[in-house]
Amino acid sequence: MSLIEIKNLHATVDGKPILKGIDLTIEPGTVHAIMGPNGSGKSTLSYVIAGREGYEVTDGDILLDGKSILEMEADERAIAGLFLAFQYPVEIPGVANTTFLKAAVNARRKAAGEPEVDAMQFLKMLREKTKLLGVTDEMLKRAVNVGFSGGEKKRNEILQMAVLEPRFAVLDETDSGLDIDALKIVADGVNALRSPERSMLVITHYQRLLDYIVPDKVHVLAMGRIVASGGKELAQELEATGYAGYGEPEAA
Amino acid sequence: MALAARSYPGPLANRHAELSLKLAGAGVGWLDTLRADSAARYRATGLPTPKVEAWRYTNLKDLVGIDFASAPVVGDMALDSLPRASLLAVNGHVLAFVNGRLRPDLSTLDTLPAGVTLLPLSEAIHSDEQALSAHLGRLVEAEENPFVDLNTALMEDGVVLRLADGAVLDKPLHIISVGAVADTPLAFFPRLLAVLGRDARATIFESHAGIGEGAYLSAMASEIVLGAGAHLEHYKLQNESQSAFHVANTRVTVEAGAVYDNFVLQIGSRLSRNEVHTALIGEGASCRLNGAYLGAGKQHLDSTTFIDHAVPVCASREVYKGVLDDQAHGVFQGKILVRRDAQQTDGHQLNRALLLSRQAEVNAKPELEIYADDVKCSHGATVGELADDQLFYLQARGIDRETARGLLIEAYVQEALDEIGNAEARLPFQRLVGGWLKSRKG
Repeated sequence: MSLIEIKNLHATVDGKPILKGIDLTIEPGTVHAIMGPNGSGKSTLSYVIAGREGYEVTDGDILLDGKSILEMEADERAIAGLFLAFQYPVEIPGVANTTFLKAAVNARRKAAGEPEVDAMQFLKMLREKTKLLGVTDEMLKRAVNVGFSGGEKKRNEILQMAVLEPRFAVLDETDSGLDIDALKIVADGVNALRSPERSMLVITHYQRLLDYIVPDKVHVLAMGRIVASGGKELAQELEATGYAGYGEPEAA
Repeated sequence: MALAARSYPGPLANRHAELSLKLAGAGVGWLDTLRADSAARYRATGLPTPKVEAWRYTNLKDLVGIDFASAPVVGDMALDSLPRASLLAVNGHVLAFVNGRLRPDLSTLDTLPAGVTLLPLSEAIHSDEQALSAHLGRLVEAEENPFVDLNTALMEDGVVLRLADGAVLDKPLHIISVGAVADTPLAFFPRLLAVLGRDARATIFESHAGIGEGAYLSAMASEIVLGAGAHLEHYKLQNESQSAFHVANTRVTVEAGAVYDNFVLQIGSRLSRNEVHTALIGEGASCRLNGAYLGAGKQHLDSTTFIDHAVPVCASREVYKGVLDDQAHGVFQGKILVRRDAQQTDGHQLNRALLLSRQAEVNAKPELEIYADDVKCSHGATVGELADDQLFYLQARGIDRETARGLLIEAYVQEALDEIGNAEARLPFQRLVGGWLKSRKG
């Protein structure tokens, strides 16, 4: 069975149609990339999948393991194995990063009928995951994303992904605001999480990220529809020709 | 009549003559005079209506409608032990009062260090009369505050803490006041006098709580004198029962280089007003007036502060945070006066309130009155709701909405708790904030 099936997905934001019939099937263990110009609906797609309020599905469906997730709250979707790496990670003053991560882990354990994670065990597990991403103890102690640089915020997103071990992750413009060194660290972190059970949808404006996170399939999103699909070579084509051939002016 | 519109007839105003005969220390000349003068003023002023600017947002109409008996006269509920869960959990010297009267059986006064005098007021009137007569009523005599006058007129018991120059109170003093009232509404008037000599140090916790359904008024008055270089940590919990009125007035003078570190958490009572006035009267004096108020139901919680920068090079810092649910009403009034001589004043004030329901309401009135020209003063006030993007971020990680809200509210209040100078003292407050949040969910 496919892990994720998006069927004829239509969605509006503030009554304005943004997604106009998206079809996408993602098999376990594969990485798909969605590329598209600004305003094509990339971020809307990520929020609709994650279940953000205000993003209304007007037609179509999203299936996880063949079951619709549209009636599920954002937290229920996360428990079911969905993960969104935010383009703009949210700052939460007063909540320590570790407290936040522990609450997320415990939410999963509670749903699975397991006892809360032991504090020492949790820290040990966390230390293993932070090494690869260069996340310091100091970053763990600080309030979630508060005072983090752009690169630190994105590393923190991938750390959360590593800790929560989702089955399907959407990476929304994870490359935005990163210099090449930061991009490599983040990409290494993502690649380390590739596995036969886990699928990913990498959303990006630029082909650059896909040099480091090499996708199995590439789709082009324009004006709320997928207008082209192909292998990783499609990304390179786009880099050369831009989005002009897909019904939209190239973004500046 | 214009006067009538500005005042309510004060509860107990006409009963002082009869009640005063039974008060502790009745017959002690200077004390009789102090009480009688205060009673006369209180009778004349009554209690303020919202026509009085300082009481614009806090209406006492429900309070003045109650026929309070004064606690020394009538019986109360039996209380064999303290309601620990409602109090701050701190270790130290304990002076516990039930309905305003000392309960030696619930108090623990260990051996005190040299230079420290710690007595119940009812005892100090006799054994520490000289010091008492020198200080009692002195910090409040210049102002007309009907609740202070009412307290002075009818005060029965309380705490007297005096530290000689250089003395250090070894353990925190925990003042516990419990209202235990059945049917007859009661009023009681705890009094605190704290006089710290040069370079003396002390920590005072206060827990105010109640049991039972009966209405009561706890109207405490505190006078605090800090000598040069003294350091006082003063942390208070107002967790009165849901039918109680709590009106507390604290007056502090801070001499050169001394520090007054104050934090007040208000979570209880039907209507409360906690008023702290601090005068920085010696160069290099500083104060920190911080607090948090968490209201639900129809609670009315008022935090009013006044900081008087009277001399140069003093610092004040003030952070208040409120969380209001249901139809709760919060009030924050913070006035900072910087007198002409008070150059190089460093003043910072912040009040933020979080509204969890459409019917909840907050009135914030920051007031800066600055007559010096070389000062650094800032103030800010914000009112908001929980941020949707933060809620979504937490939910997107699998944290359910209720838990996410709890985390965000706790974090919000934590910013105020972090202002408590003594990090260890934050813990008992954290526990109560956590308890409040849990009770909200249920």
